[in-house]
Parts: sequence; C-alpha cells; structure tokens
Amino acid sequence: MDALFLQQMVNGLTLGSVYGLIAIGYTMVYGIIGMINFAHGEVYMISAYLSAITLALLAFFGLHSFPLLILGTLIITVAITCAYGWVIERVAYKPLRNSTRLAPLISAIGISLILQNYVQLTQGARQQGIPTLLEGAARLDFAGGFVQITYTKIFILLASFIGMGVLTYIIKCTRLGRMCRATQQDRKMASILGINTDRVISYVFVIGAAMAALAGVLITMNYGTFDFYAGFIIGIKAFTAAVLGGIGSLPGAMLGGLILGIAEAQFSSVINSDYKDVFSFALLVVILIFRPQGLLGRPKVTKV
Amino acid sequence: MKTNNFKIKALGLALTAAMGLSTQVYADIKIGVAGPHTGANATYGDQLWRGASQAAEDINAKGGINGEKIVLVKGDDACEPKQAIAVANRLVDSDKVSAVIGHFCSSSSIPATEIYEEAGVISITPGSTNPKLTDRGYSTVFRICGRDDQQGIVAGNYIVDVLKATKVAIIHDKDTYGQGVAQATRDQLHARGVQEVIFEGLTRGEKDFNSLVSKIGASGADVVYFGGLHSEAGPLVRQMREQGLKAKFVSDDGIVTDELVTTAGGAQYTDGVLMSFVVDPRGLPQGQEVVKHFRDKGYEPEGYTLFSYAALQTLAAAYKATGGTDNEKAGAWIKSHPVDTVMGSKEWDEKGDLKTSPYVMYRWDAAGKYKQI
Repeated sequence: MDALFLQQMVNGLTLGSVYGLIAIGYTMVYGIIGMINFAHGEVYMISAYLSAITLALLAFFGLHSFPLLILGTLIITVAITCAYGWVIERVAYKPLRNSTRLAPLISAIGISLILQNYVQLTQGARQQGIPTLLEGAARLDFAGGFVQITYTKIFILLASFIGMGVLTYIIKCTRLGRMCRATQQDRKMASILGINTDRVISYVFVIGAAMAALAGVLITMNYGTFDFYAGFIIGIKAFTAAVLGGIGSLPGAMLGGLILGIAEAQFSSVINSDYKDVFSFALLVVILIFRPQGLLGRPKVTKV
Repeated sequence: MKTNNFKIKALGLALTAAMGLSTQVYADIKIGVAGPHTGANATYGDQLWRGASQAAEDINAKGGINGEKIVLVKGDDACEPKQAIAVANRLVDSDKVSAVIGHFCSSSSIPATEIYEEAGVISITPGSTNPKLTDRGYSTVFRICGRDDQQGIVAGNYIVDVLKATKVAIIHDKDTYGQGVAQATRDQLHARGVQEVIFEGLTRGEKDFNSLVSKIGASGADVVYFGGLHSEAGPLVRQMREQGLKAKFVSDDGIVTDELVTTAGGAQYTDGVLMSFVVDPRGLPQGQEVVKHFRDKGYEPEGYTLFSYAALQTLAAAYKATGGTDNEKAGAWIKSHPVDTVMGSKEWDEKGDLKTSPYVMYRWDAAGKYKQI
C-alpha cells in the first residue's frame, strides 16, 4: 500500500460513487418495466445545467454560505429534474406500455436526442462552467508520498452514500418501496391486489431522476464544467456499471459503479490510461461470461 | 408515353436553361466557412465565422471581387470527421462554393480536403496544424497557421532551455491534432536529450482525469505537456492543482480561448499555464484598423478570428489578381505571390504551408488573460 495506490482508491471511489448514483436510474427502470432508459444520461445532463442556473440565482439573491447554497441547489435541482423524469415517462414510455419491447427503446433514443438538441439550442453549444464552491483540500503525508483529497471530494463521497442509504431505506422499509418491489416481481398480480402500477412506474422514473440530479449537482461541483453532450459518456459508463452489478438490482448498481470507478483508476495507474475504457469493458465481458446475471443480479427463472 | 417522355425532357431542358441563367444573373462568389459551429468546440467555429463575415463585409463594401459580391455559406462539422465529409460534400455539390475557409480541427480538415481536392475547390484552414494536411501533395490545400512540428520544436526548446525540466510528462487527447503536437514535442525533447516519464492519452469528452493526474504526480514530473483542446486542458490543470501537483503546465494553440478559464473553474487554476501560439495578430500594425472595427462592434477578435479574416483576404487577392474564380490559377498565384493581410505579409510554399511560422510562448495570468512572454 503506497501513496499512489491510496490516492487512486480515492479517485476511483469518488468517480465510482457518481457512476453508482446514475446507474440506479438505469437499474430501477429495467427492474420494473424491463426497458433500458437511454435518455437517463440526458436527465443527468439537464440536472447539471439546472444546478448551475440555480446556483447563479441563489447567489444573485444574496445566498453565500456554502451549506445553505448547496442545500438550496440540491432541493431545487432535484425537484425540477424529477419533474423532467415524470414528464418523460408520461410522454414517451407510458403510451407504449403494451407495444413491442423495441418501441420504448427507440422512443428513449428519440427523447435523448430531443433533450440534447433542446439544451444545445436554448443554452448554447459552448462549454459552461461554475466557479469553485468549496476550496481547499485535506492532505495526508504517507510513506514517502502524500494523498490529497479536496473537501469537494469528501463531500461527494458523503452525499452519494447518504443518497444511496436513503434510497435503500425507502425501497426496503416504506410502503412506496413495497409497492415498487411488488410491481417489479409481478406487475399483473400487483395491479390485481390494488396497486396502481402505472403510478408506481412513474415513481420509479422520478426516483431515478432524483438520483441523477444528485449526481448532477455533485459532478458539477467537482469538475466545474459541463456541456450539452456531457450525458453521453457518463450515461454509457453508468449503464455499464448497472449491467456489471446485475441490472435490476439496486445494491448491484451501487457496487457496479464503485467497481467500475476503482477499476478505471487503478488500471490507468498501473498500466496505461489509453486503454482504461477497453479494460472496463473487458472486465464487463469477463463478468458476464461467468455470471450472465451480473454480480448481484438474480438469475432469470423460467416458469414452466 | 412517348409524348410524356418528350415533355419531361423539354421541361428538364427549360429548367436547366433557367438555372443556367439564374447563376449568370446572380454571379456572387460563394465561399464556405467550415468548422465546429456546434458542439464542444463551437467557440472556434464562432471565431472563424466572425472573422470571415467581417472580411466579406469589408471586401464587399470596397466593391467585392472583380465587381462580384462575396456570399458566405456556413458548414458545421462539429469537429467530427464523419460530419466534416458530409459538410464538404454539401458545400461542393449543393452550395457550389468556389473556395472554403476551414476546417478547424485537423481530424476534420484532413478527410474534408480530399473532397475539395477532387472538386478543385481551394481550402484555406485558419487553424489545422497537423503536418499530414499539406504533406499529401494536394494542390488546393493551404493553411494560414503553423504546423505541429514547428510548434513542437518551440515548445520542446522552451521546456529544455527556459523551464530546465528533466522530467516531462506528455499527455494528449488521442485526436489527430492533440496527439500530433504531443509527438512533435516529444521528438524535439528527445533531440535535446530529455526523455519523457509518461506519454499517455485521455479520452475527449470525459471530465475526470484524477487517476491520470495521480500517476503524473507519482512520476515526479516537473513539467506536464498537454496536446489537445481547452475542454480537456481546463479540467486537467484544475485536477492537478487540486491534488497538490505543482508541475508547470505547458500546452498548445488548442487552448487559445477565454473558455479555458471557464472549463478550469477559475483563473486561480490557469494562473501560470504556458502555451505556444503564433504571435498575437491583434498586436500587429497591419491589423489595427480591423481590430478596432471588431471592438467597436463589441467583439474581441480573439484566437482565430483574424486568421479567418486573413484567409478570406488571401482568397480575394488571388481571385482579383487572376481575374476570376479559376482555382487552378488562383492556387498557383497564392504559391508565387506574397499577400498583404491583417496579419502582415504572408508567403506560401509549394505544399501550401506558410514560409515562416512565428510560434512563440504565452503565459496565462491570475486575471485569466494570456500574454506573450
């Protein structure tokens, strides 16, 4: 264990935790209606823009203390992004609920293009940025080297683990969570038992959007820059994380995100950063060969 | 059936005649301005467009080219090679341009110029510096900027002579331009007896380079050279400073825009960043009138704006001197005559490169502005 290894663990964990947050949106939607929501990366991108706009507005109205600023931004961004998630589901997927499996997939790609171009037209194609909110870093001297962690990164780790914890609690212990799990297990049976499954599906999209919004605020804070195309690469990575952990499984998405983030960081440290994406996808292939359902996914039982 | 066929043919003939007439009547000279007008690098497309527009306006106000007006056509390649080919075909086939100013990214210019060469359309790029562009023996390709190998020599020498670096990490964005200039710098460093400690690429469009930064930190590099554009340079330099790396950051003419500060999240991160760029044309005496004109309109002609302006001036001068839009004659004329532009007098060699390329080093300051050293 040397300083470089530890520093890379820190890098991988922060990157992986935001992958995990976005992967939750993919995995929950897949779990409940069996479709891949390719517009989810764009939901994250929208939230990045929203967080920058909210920050600017709050600062304009004289709010300058960091905790209040970040809390206000989080609440407003999550609320508006949730509205986006809800509208997308209503407009693009609900009318196609009973058509072929491919129809909502095409519709998702369409929504993704619409959102990208909508943001490009309204916000401009240029790179956008926000000033650094939380300056400074913690420094640990360690075995001939040092590990430096910015306060922003510590905040990201805390915030994303709290976010994941709250979500796990909701799914495990609340009425809403039970409805989600029931709908996931058997949609027809759940609706016979009096669960409004259409509404539950809407809730799932809203939850996914909320997690993406949290990731959007955190990533914007950390890197300070984004553009209308930002949702694409991170969406692909988060989707990979969801598949790696077992698509449909909530802890799987979180675990998949962390594994992917750490794998990328350690690989580019030990071997070569040119091929870190090749390595991530090779890892995915190997895991899927030995565990087709992903790390924590449940194997599909064929009923006779 | 027969009569029908005949009618269609007759109609076709009439149409062709009418179209022939219409081009005779409105004999404007169409010139394409191709570059990234959208996408992450749209700021450069904007510079190209503003420069060419102003030049067209000024030339048209003085009577145009041989009495004909210049009309500009926008071509958006978003810095993507595939889209660049589509745009080049559109400019040549449907817009029927006489010449093109662009493209911007080398990875777009190289495939697009194949189409222009085939169609005999002159293209002058204000910003593509990859050597391959003019090394293929094409007769219609010109550039009004330097070459990466020239840029690499200047950057490499600066790193050795002024920064006295012994450990250099070289990072690039795996794109034609970024990797090309990084390799040119590496070659020059080798020639000066300095071996790099890291030579690696990052992925364009990503924002997290923390793992690469940690690796640079562990290598003990005292200078980091980055070949690429500002959209990656900004986050990279920020993450270096966040991890406590004090290594000097040296880059290329792909970061010549105020957006570098935006993408880095503040001028405190870009303070001290070094870059190679040609002598800022805004300071040259020949361009003062035009620069003032831009500023009066509320636009600062930064980066490649004046390059684009000068490219259109060159085209206009060649068409004027050869008395028409015969590209073969115009191309030969450009290669044999010096042209007076807003950037001073320019001369081209047989390949279409500038005879002299004045690369110098610049430094970004704490206020987020860059100045020649």
